Amino acid sequence: MKSIIEELEKKRSQAREGGGKKRVDAQHAKGKLTARERIDVLLDQDTFEEYDMYVEHRTNDFGMGKQKYPGDSVVTGSGKINGKLVYVFSQDFTVFGGSLSEAHAEKICKIMDMALKVGAPVIGINDSGGARIQEGVASLAGYGDVFQRNVLASGVVPQISVIMGPCAGGAVYSPAMTDFIFMVKDTSFMFVTGPDVVKTVTQENVTQEELGGAKTHTSKSSVADGAYENDIETLYEVKKLINLLPSSNKEKSIKHSTEYQDLSPDLSLDTLVPDNPNKPYDMLELINKVVDNSDFFEIQAEYAKNMIVGFGRVQGRTVGLVANQPLVLAGCLDIDASKKAARFVRFCDCFNIPIITFVDVPGFLPGVSQEHNGIIKNGAKLLYAYAEATVPKITIITRKAYGGAYVVMASKHLRGDINYAWPTAEIAVMGAKGAVEILYRNELKNEKDIAEKTNEYTKQFANPFIASSRGFIDDVIKPQSTRKRIAVALDNLENKELTSPYKKHDNIPL
Amino acid sequence: MIKKILIANRGEIACRIIKTAKKMNIKTVAVYSDADKNANFVKLADEAYYIGPSAPNESYLVINKIIEIAKKSKSDAIHPGYGFLSENFNFVKALEKEKIKFIGPNKNAITKMGDKIESKNLAMKLKLNVIPGHTEAIKDPKKAIKIAEKIGFPILLKASAGGGGKGMRIVESRGELEENLKAAQSEALNSFGDDRVFIEKYIINPRHIEIQILCDKHGNQIHLGERECSIQRRYQKVIEECPSSFVDNELRDAMAEQALRLAKEVNYDSAGTVEFVVDDKKNFYFLEMNTRLQVEHPVTELVTGVDLVEQMINCANGKKLNLKQKDISLNGWSIESRIYAEDPLKDFLPSIGRIIEYHEPKQTKDDELIRNDTGVSGGSDISIFYDPMISKLAVHAPSRDKAINLMIDALQQYYISGVTHNIAFLISTLKNKDFKSGAINTNFIKKNYPKGYSYNYGMNKSLIKKFNYAAILIYKKLNSTSNESNLSVIIDKKETSFLINEVNLSNDSFSISLNEKDKQHFIESAWKNNEKIMKLKIDDELCFIKVNKVSNFNQFSLTAEDCSLDLIVAPEKYKNLFNYMPEIKVEDLSKKLISPMPGLIKSIDVKKGQSVKAGEQIVIIEAMKMENILKSEKDCIVEDIFIDEGSSVSTDEILVTFK
Repeated sequence: MKSIIEELEKKRSQAREGGGKKRVDAQHAKGKLTARERIDVLLDQDTFEEYDMYVEHRTNDFGMGKQKYPGDSVVTGSGKINGKLVYVFSQDFTVFGGSLSEAHAEKICKIMDMALKVGAPVIGINDSGGARIQEGVASLAGYGDVFQRNVLASGVVPQISVIMGPCAGGAVYSPAMTDFIFMVKDTSFMFVTGPDVVKTVTQENVTQEELGGAKTHTSKSSVADGAYENDIETLYEVKKLINLLPSSNKEKSIKHSTEYQDLSPDLSLDTLVPDNPNKPYDMLELINKVVDNSDFFEIQAEYAKNMIVGFGRVQGRTVGLVANQPLVLAGCLDIDASKKAARFVRFCDCFNIPIITFVDVPGFLPGVSQEHNGIIKNGAKLLYAYAEATVPKITIITRKAYGGAYVVMASKHLRGDINYAWPTAEIAVMGAKGAVEILYRNELKNEKDIAEKTNEYTKQFANPFIASSRGFIDDVIKPQSTRKRIAVALDNLENKELTSPYKKHDNIPL
Repeated sequence: MIKKILIANRGEIACRIIKTAKKMNIKTVAVYSDADKNANFVKLADEAYYIGPSAPNESYLVINKIIEIAKKSKSDAIHPGYGFLSENFNFVKALEKEKIKFIGPNKNAITKMGDKIESKNLAMKLKLNVIPGHTEAIKDPKKAIKIAEKIGFPILLKASAGGGGKGMRIVESRGELEENLKAAQSEALNSFGDDRVFIEKYIINPRHIEIQILCDKHGNQIHLGERECSIQRRYQKVIEECPSSFVDNELRDAMAEQALRLAKEVNYDSAGTVEFVVDDKKNFYFLEMNTRLQVEHPVTELVTGVDLVEQMINCANGKKLNLKQKDISLNGWSIESRIYAEDPLKDFLPSIGRIIEYHEPKQTKDDELIRNDTGVSGGSDISIFYDPMISKLAVHAPSRDKAINLMIDALQQYYISGVTHNIAFLISTLKNKDFKSGAINTNFIKKNYPKGYSYNYGMNKSLIKKFNYAAILIYKKLNSTSNESNLSVIIDKKETSFLINEVNLSNDSFSISLNEKDKQHFIESAWKNNEKIMKLKIDDELCFIKVNKVSNFNQFSLTAEDCSLDLIVAPEKYKNLFNYMPEIKVEDLSKKLISPMPGLIKSIDVKKGQSVKAGEQIVIIEAMKMENILKSEKDCIVEDIFIDEGSSVSTDEILVTFK
């Protein structure tokens, strides 16, 4: 008995050393933490329960039989983040470059199965050179097993991927199927084929950073949802997100007891929308003044900036916020914005997170490239996502809500639960000038007539009253009371129940 | 008797006048431009009328429009506030014709005192002490050089119609004269529609001390002591106090006697201010007379207990002064700080925009008083059209030392976001040894911040401790489920370790006891997560911490006094890991000339490929009627120019790049 424990202890301490001091130093020299250090930072003190510390790879080819490390190239287990149970795997770059062996994949699959069984989020820390070449197809099979679990877990428990080193080839598809991807600036890369292959095939010269760095994926490709300065900051952001999210789709978004219950009016919001309808304003100010402690966790902040999405709390209850940003492209809907918001809305719907939508949208972005790249199908994604969502939906129109975009943005017509408008709201088929030019196409000849009719149209339609007289708007509210009205609406909708007809699954226009 | 006053002004001074009018049961009428539609003074007044576009020369400066509204609203008097039409002879004349009372002095006094050259001649005639100089407007640079050499450099160029430092320039040597004369003339023309500029001797290290006077239409005159306004940036006052630590009874009496002598000569019949410069030997020289209410009048009001606006209204009503000189005594000490939307790091250039959040300080003790005169609140705009003042904070305490401490405490309780402001700079000044000892003059800023103001001037060990303790408190509050007892605070990769002995969380107070190198400290606060200002007690000492940003559970951006820091709190277990994190890359900005403010490009003085020396003028930006010369920081070659003359630019826009 004693000797067995001694043997285990020996293996344990061996496992804790990872790939050895030299490799650990090299990892640190790159400004990166080791797999275990990352887990230390991520989890509450003394809560990590490690599994499969003694698992080793099973290949003897290419001299691998002589190189074995207890635990192989990944550390797995469970732990707590602010008291909430999570399952974690953290790839160890110091062992075989973090490459994925059959055993490595099995370890990941084991914790994913457990997470699914008990309903807890999965956090995957990726730092791996890719498949274990020495293992061949066994390694590829491992990837497949992980992919399948990602899909099964999707919509059941939140899955978060953290890219903290290379993540290339087939390996990218596991993070790609999780709910959120976070990257570390300068030290993480994701691509299907690297710069060398790109050069060979297409003659394009590109650096790793340009091809698949954090900046590329957060601003251009939208593959990643956020990028942060270093390992520790990134892990803390993950903690913050986990704190906001429910553990599984069985958990309801409930009101936490919080000390910030203040719902007193914020008079400054009364002047947020400028007098001039063509002057932009910052929608983030409204969001920050609605959520508790001005604490807004933005998702994909650098991509499709004409649309803001992210999480916050209202009186301690997590909500998803979706808003047009008038500062960028006048807040109009385009392909990127529609895709970004659609995916976010669907995430919220999966996990019972109420959706608050702030609308200031002049319409869809016109243009040949938009049409040719499929604004029809992509715009439909957002329409579809809102229409199918059964979570509480609260919508506030702050200014423009024109045309089809009005309908798309969580309108009453898409089963919106509470639809409010500010007095500055203009709900109409289009802007006044455009409408007049169509309505009086053959009658109006000079600028003066057009101006007069435009004025007339503005008076009649550039306000929230017609929509509210039809019941499409539940109330016209003072901007200063927005936070309070949302809080009350959330309370009222807490036990909302709504079911859609039976289907195997839907067929969103992908 | 005046029953209804139209206030031909805006912002805080309009609010200030409305307050007294209400006290006297007089109705008030506000006029507002486009930019002021939602302003506080419009809401405070009994009636409000739209007066025109935002530019002052289309609204607040249009005499006809104001008179029309006065008639329409049946106002029987107009208070002009300061600036705008307050010292405009034509305005007073027009009002006279319409039989509307002007709450201010007679037009004769305004005329004589409004022109700097004429007022100086009058002062000389009355044998007041005046600064040596040439009293005629100077156009010709050659003549200017001659005069300047006769008086002796350094000399001062001053706009004849000027005020507030506009069109005013110090010239140290002959070579700089011509360029500066041109700039002063053009600025004077822009600001006042009058390009006359004159020359006088520049007094080195002068103090700016002024006498507040009060006169009625019956020949009664009193003075209300002095105000010292020596702390100035860009020739404009930022901190004023009453009384002056430099003025004794003898000096006060002598200055007041001359001030009243001048007032008598022009039959002055309202509140007014006679400004002097005082050198280090207590010689004083007449500078000018301001025939209006001064921005800094609150300090006099707090120390004398006299409501100057009320007195002005009574004078305009033709009442006799109800105060005699013997009734006036200076009680305690008052200081005023002007909170401006400006960037102390960029030579105090104005910062415009929407005020997203605005929280004012609150009264703390009974024997001390805080007075906040403001025209803004959260959601207000600081517009490009007007003075970027946010508020005036005045304090009153039994002594100067107490007033300084009270002011520092009060300033720390402001929370303003959306625009850049000068609060850290104000606190830095108030903490300054010279300021505390009263050794100040108008070159205070130049002397104490020779390379320009920079943040964290006042950082010291005890302040860093406050930062540390506040950070631990916030961390413990945000991570209430964790029970880590060894915590480190990391500032710029340097860490300090603390041992947490005890954490107590009750409903309305949060306290921790911790050990720092075996010394025990007790920290207590009722701070709530959503509060921007944290009031905390560290070992029974009360202090304030501004919580600018809680980036995450472990990372905070805090301000204490005039200093701001980013702090990370880390548990013992992995505090060392922070050392592995790479430095954040910072862009090299020295090769770019960046617009420090929004404005209009007045001139571009370099060409592509030209080599320029450090300090050479590159671009002039005009903003808020001020010409701002942007100079090169080092010797370099112009690589590219991204702007044209006449184009408008925004803050942080790249104007010119260098090689």
